[in-house]
Amino acid sequence: MITYPFTYRRAKSVAEAEAMLKAAPESKLLSGGQTLIAAMKMRLANPPELIDISGIKELDYIRVANGAVAIGAATTHWAVATSADVAKAIPALAHLASIIGDPAVRYKGTIGGSVANNDPAADYPSAVLALGATIKTNKRSIAADDFFTGMFSTALDENEIVTEISFPIPEKAAYKKFANPASRYAMVGVFAARTKGSARVAVTGAAPCVFRVPEMEAALAKNFTADAVANIKVGADGMNSDIHGSAQYRAHLVTVMAKRAVAEAA
Amino acid sequence: MTVVSMTVNEKPVSLDVEDRTLLVYFLRENMRLTGTHIGCDTSQCGACVVHIDGKAVKSCTMFAVQAQGAQVTTIEGLAKDGKLHPVQEAFRDNHGLQCGFCTPGMIMTAVDMIRRKGVMDRATIRHELEGNICRCTGYVNIVSAIEDASKRIAGSAEKAA
Repeated sequence: MITYPFTYRRAKSVAEAEAMLKAAPESKLLSGGQTLIAAMKMRLANPPELIDISGIKELDYIRVANGAVAIGAATTHWAVATSADVAKAIPALAHLASIIGDPAVRYKGTIGGSVANNDPAADYPSAVLALGATIKTNKRSIAADDFFTGMFSTALDENEIVTEISFPIPEKAAYKKFANPASRYAMVGVFAARTKGSARVAVTGAAPCVFRVPEMEAALAKNFTADAVANIKVGADGMNSDIHGSAQYRAHLVTVMAKRAVAEAA
Repeated sequence: MTVVSMTVNEKPVSLDVEDRTLLVYFLRENMRLTGTHIGCDTSQCGACVVHIDGKAVKSCTMFAVQAQGAQVTTIEGLAKDGKLHPVQEAFRDNHGLQCGFCTPGMIMTAVDMIRRKGVMDRATIRHELEGNICRCTGYVNIVSAIEDASKRIAGSAEKAA
């Protein structure tokens, strides 16, 4: 398959990428390309210009400081999955990165690309939301709760570039995914985290956009055990339904995967 | 059009190509290296896996311009001085292929995983093979071949040391 024609440009810095975006507002940022290039080949996306930000050194880092793990937007899934610092600070996050797609995809795909794309079945949005991460851009900082606004949509403005995701380190956390056996995307993935006196549960794959389950969070804040969420059901209304699983099935999986995630974290 | 320069199987190459040229087409059509296959063309099957700076990636999901300055290795670049790579030998000895269409990608993925993980158990090999699809074998002999190859490579590293 061949994409529509486009012009390729490589940015060496965030400032340069910003200037290129301003000059050509219809262009798209290219990072790992594991979603964008596939969409362009299917001719679902037709940007006249691609601005490659994958080689920008200032966006490729993992830093642990002040109770948070800060990851540069152009950091690959492979780098996060194999980082000793991430494994020590938030092992659930390293595990999540290690089961995104397959090894070849993990070498190329980046955290900034995944978060900015906000695929309904992507893994990272669940960790960003459950850990209450902050998304930093070339213009501002956005709280996870304000960032994911709907299917493939986010609070990002035109010409805004994700530069870093900063994850507060939780006391305990785990991610459990019921993966589609062909694509490895989440049919349902649940990220559960406990921090001082509170708990957060975020679900990906089940609905058009990642979401939290307040009832589970309230129960877990009092008692962080799998039993606490075992009888909490989410409704099938608004859940995704396709050849891989009905809305009812996905709703059922939310409770199952939440139990497994909490059991592993606790 | 952009002039792209990279090293393919240790030979420098510079070609003027359309920006939208996928790396797999660059290799197959511009360089006539047809060992790298196009299977699903949707980055799921892994028949197009090549190494970019030592890492196994899917050449159908990357533009040639992105490989500017990179060291690219394809299946044609594995054998040295007329001698098969140990992973190629192990695929032959273990009957790790039937039709052979997925084999170049399987071998390139296997070389990368052995480099990272050394000798592996069968479950690890299967997890590492999640991005490579074979429609003939049921994977049993492919896993055996990679297991065997990982031991051979570890053995020859020991001998050398």
